[in-house]
Amino acid sequence: MSPQVAGQIELLGQVLISGILLGGLYALIGLGMSLIMGVMKIINLAHGELMMVAMYATYWMFTLAKVDPYVSLVVVCPAMFLLGVAIQKFLITPVMNADSILPQNQVLLTVGIGLVLSNLALLFFSANYRSVPVSYASKTIYWDVKMGGQTISLSFSYPFLVAFAIAVVLGAALFVFLGMTDTGRMIRATSQDKRAASLMGINTQRITYITFGLGAALVGAAGALLDPVYYLYPQIGGPFTSKAFVITVLGGMGNIPGAVLGGLVLGLAESLGSVYISLGYKDAFGFIIFVLVLIFLPKGLLGKGRA
Amino acid sequence: MSLLELRGVSKRFGGLQAVGNMTFKIERGEILGLIGPNGAGKTTIFNLINGYFPPTAGAIFFKGERIDGLKPFQVCRRGLARTFQVVKPLARLTVLENVMVSAFSKTNHRGEASRIALEAIAFTEMESWRDRLAGSLPLGMRKRLEMARALATKPDLLLLDENFAGLNPAEVEKTIAIVRKIHESGVTILIIEHNMRVIMSISQRLLCVCYGEKISEGSPAEVANDPRVVEAYLGVAHA
Amino acid sequence: MRKSPLVAFGAVAALAVVPLLVSNTYVLHMLVMVFLWVLLGQAWNLLGGYTGQVSYGHAAFFGVGAYTSAIMVKSGFSPAAAWWGLLAGGLLAALVGSVLGWICFRLRGPYFSLSILALSEVLRLVAVNWKDLTNGAEGILYIPAFNSKAAYYWIVLALAGVSYLTIRAVMRSKLGFYFLAIREDQDCAESLGIDTTKYKLYSLLISAFFTGVAGAFYMNYMGFIDPGIVFSLSDISIMMILVTMLGGAATMAGPAVGAVLYILMSEAFRVFLKSGHLLFFGILIIVIIIFFPQGIVGTLREKWAGRRLRAANATAPKAGA
Repeated sequence: MSPQVAGQIELLGQVLISGILLGGLYALIGLGMSLIMGVMKIINLAHGELMMVAMYATYWMFTLAKVDPYVSLVVVCPAMFLLGVAIQKFLITPVMNADSILPQNQVLLTVGIGLVLSNLALLFFSANYRSVPVSYASKTIYWDVKMGGQTISLSFSYPFLVAFAIAVVLGAALFVFLGMTDTGRMIRATSQDKRAASLMGINTQRITYITFGLGAALVGAAGALLDPVYYLYPQIGGPFTSKAFVITVLGGMGNIPGAVLGGLVLGLAESLGSVYISLGYKDAFGFIIFVLVLIFLPKGLLGKGRA
Repeated sequence: MSLLELRGVSKRFGGLQAVGNMTFKIERGEILGLIGPNGAGKTTIFNLINGYFPPTAGAIFFKGERIDGLKPFQVCRRGLARTFQVVKPLARLTVLENVMVSAFSKTNHRGEASRIALEAIAFTEMESWRDRLAGSLPLGMRKRLEMARALATKPDLLLLDENFAGLNPAEVEKTIAIVRKIHESGVTILIIEHNMRVIMSISQRLLCVCYGEKISEGSPAEVANDPRVVEAYLGVAHA
Repeated sequence: MRKSPLVAFGAVAALAVVPLLVSNTYVLHMLVMVFLWVLLGQAWNLLGGYTGQVSYGHAAFFGVGAYTSAIMVKSGFSPAAAWWGLLAGGLLAALVGSVLGWICFRLRGPYFSLSILALSEVLRLVAVNWKDLTNGAEGILYIPAFNSKAAYYWIVLALAGVSYLTIRAVMRSKLGFYFLAIREDQDCAESLGIDTTKYKLYSLLISAFFTGVAGAFYMNYMGFIDPGIVFSLSDISIMMILVTMLGGAATMAGPAVGAVLYILMSEAFRVFLKSGHLLFFGILIIVIIIFFPQGIVGTLREKWAGRRLRAANATAPKAGA
């Protein structure tokens, strides 16, 4: 094998690795959104802004108290859960059944919530880009593969690897929770048929609080995990909200395993697209895939979402 | 040539056969009653005829032309109107505006649409409700609004889906009179109804379906006394 | 009802005199912005309020209108006054609208809203990256044709007036009835003989046209655009919804009321809180949705209609009578 070919393989391998690692984090963001969409049938356009809040919380814990971002998860996730419950209880629930000429009022409401969160951050923390300078930020692990007489050297970013591992653990925990616990079963029942669930004696109101809380906690975890590898700034939420709905639609609305797949597909699409097509259009790939999937595979890649 | 003809029409939803091999005809000027137990597929038949979804197999002819595969608005424009069992008033529009919407399928002029609409409103005796918002109507009037709207499209064939359900006895009598009047004005009618007294008195011919299949067809008396029909409604023991 | 065209005509005549009496350029600038937003609110209201298709992506049409006019001037197709640009901006926006509509109207409800948002973001990225055409993120700059604000005031007043009269006429015609029917119940509309896909597209075309004209006017007036300004989700797409909602969706006067309040508040917030001024609009969106879902004009009208309805109920016949 010629060195050129080996170089090409190395590049491709590297692109796939970073795509999958990024996809793990995207999956975490998508899981939260998909849960909310499944139970409430609304699209949470403040999802990325919730992540931004968690990123700032993690940032300040590190800056003020030297708490490692991975450790701060223990505080950030429960706090985000409570914030999510409060948003659902005091803002979204009251307008769920209100009559209005404009349809999808709740979705617009989440737009308002997102604007409030991002502009509060702008007001308090200024528009400056910040980062969490952990000691291991640029630590890299190499893996050399011998192939056809050439050595292909693949690198793994340490913080991305840790983030991916934690995302896998959290995702698995979510599956266990939804599959094995009573509350988890109630969430799935409410997601399938809210009316039937409430006729079976499930307090669906309470389930919506828990669901929004869980969604916020999951995206909050993603935010904390992103801190060591990403810049944070008040407007970071917008693009991630877009990513979240792209992922959810890819996976099929409300389809939990689908959200994981959607996250990986988006991570790979961005990573492959920015290297092989154009960096400037990186964010456009997600949107284009999104519209194509909505039209041609309205049930998502797994074909098991919304009919 | 029959006005409407279904030839071997079937509809499957996934593994569920909602309508199977349905074949029947309606001649111009008839009133055909469609009966059957709950979940027999009556409304599905309407949805197939009206183009709400296409059949899985078979063909539907209206005035000799195939209409299966057409969209509901195309079917409507050919002169086939329907009402909905679960009424669909345009809630924030008045009764008059509701009926004008359907009258616009016959004209582009507001004045003409209003004239057609007022005629349909008078025909269904809804004049005193004309300016009420459709969303604020009581159920009986919503059912009548469905008829007024269907009439304003000037149909040749009208599909009525349980327009008597939930009405009080006085309203039932009134609605029977209106349906007769519509029929006398030259409209052919296919009607789904659970109230046996109503359907026996209105229909000239009856068709009974059960589990999506035709089990009996004939004069009201023949169908009512058909053991298969009695069995479908009451179970084997009574047959 | 008969009086309203006269009233509107009188109002426009009165407004046209304003620049002769007011010479303060700041005040005139504010008024220009108000009428620009009346135009934008009217345009969004036709599709969102009257036809019930909530678009989160109208910045696409504003941006296309603005860039059309800018590129025409830069490439010498049109003088800086760019009257052609206004028309061309509107027409190109309508063309883009027909493409986006063809794609997005396959979807309903929130999926329509999101897909049009996604495509408007794609257009923004195209404007950033297609440097040969748009000069990328640096934007396009030229000297506006008129020194006097009054000229722009009259132009935008006329545009807002034309859009008002057009949409009013549309809403009184067959099209308007069909739009309302689609908003209220799409399946029902279809069964009453309405080709819903076609009529949704008509609504979008008119809406996109006026939004594009507004974008082209904005370029001519400000003399500078970049993709972040004219394709902005938060400053254009979302604010068009806010202006309509604030005044009252599906009312003729709503967008005008909304535009006046929006510009006043926008100035006040900018003074108090330089960078985070969108904070208050976020709060405002939440407050409107929870407490005044019908907007100002809508709430007033409802109160009035409620009284009328109670009066009507008192004399209405019993069902079946």
